[in-house]
Amino acid sequence: MSIIIPALLFGAAAIALLKKTDVFAALTAGAKDGLSVILGIFPALVGILTAARMFRASGAMDALTALIAPVLSFVGIPAETAPLMLVRPLSGSGAMAAASEIITRYGADSFVGRCAAVMLGSTETTFYVIAVYFGAAGIKRSRHTVPSALIADAVGFLAAALFSRLFFPG
Amino acid sequence: MAMAWIWTVLTGAALLFGLLTGRMDAVASAALEGAGDAVDLCLGIAGAICLWSGLMELMRRSGLMDGLSRLLRPVLIRLFPESEKIPGALDALSINVSANLLGLGNAATPAGIKAAKLLRGEGEAGGGLVRLVVLNTASVQLIPATVCALRASAGARQPFDILPAVWLASAFSVTAGLIAERILRRFFK
Repeated sequence: MSIIIPALLFGAAAIALLKKTDVFAALTAGAKDGLSVILGIFPALVGILTAARMFRASGAMDALTALIAPVLSFVGIPAETAPLMLVRPLSGSGAMAAASEIITRYGADSFVGRCAAVMLGSTETTFYVIAVYFGAAGIKRSRHTVPSALIADAVGFLAAALFSRLFFPG
Repeated sequence: MAMAWIWTVLTGAALLFGLLTGRMDAVASAALEGAGDAVDLCLGIAGAICLWSGLMELMRRSGLMDGLSRLLRPVLIRLFPESEKIPGALDALSINVSANLLGLGNAATPAGIKAAKLLRGEGEAGGGLVRLVVLNTASVQLIPATVCALRASAGARQPFDILPAVWLASAFSVTAGLIAERILRRFFK
């Protein structure tokens, strides 16, 4: 897997150079946009991480986890990822905060940490996307969009747990 | 509004549980630590996010994204047969999907909205529009850079070793969404 990133960095630069694109100007212009991405999510992360830390410190997170653990373990999903799954369809920065909390708490290379990362990487902010698209297209009746999209999310979570377990046993 | 509810419920539950379990001191100090975590998180991933945005801009300017969108057209015609009859729809769709594959959210959304406007039915979502939105609510990103940056800043040995699992989980998720769309459409006339 490690070859992907170096190969991508070189390959994109080489092709761009052949096409007479100013490689370094494009790279730095994009990197500048990256800063505004970070600045854009920072205020939301301050709010969400504060609430998430309080929620965990109070013992409420343990209660929630214990409550849904039987259902989730039946389908092979670690109960520790419950907060991430709950917030994932609603808020992108919320999901990032939840995943980062899980990954730092349980370790990036633990099963729970990997599962949270795969969940975050294989799903999207469903309700936000639906609101943006239907809002822009002026659609009132979304018909079967929400159930279809939520089925996709649920299958994504199940598959994330399954493949984290298959690829990283032990 | 969703976040307003989440924030209020989380802090309310923390207050209630803190009272019940006698952990109010821990809740109070956690309240001050969370904001510091946000700083650590942002600083931890800022470099990788900026580098990645740079690479994405390079791919866009050098025409790599356009090349990918041309490759996708045959697949998208099968997925959106109606787009052949609507001028411009297939172009917008292929830009939307290729930008999503590369993780270029800034390019994906305008193209997706253009495709949505072309595919919409009479005041309600047509089948093609539902499929487009389901495709966008499921992730098809090939390299989830933010997630890998999160893992790297948390000390992962190989931040990218999750990629095969992400690809398979994404493929299952997108497929399930499209199958669900096909099955559910008859129940939502």
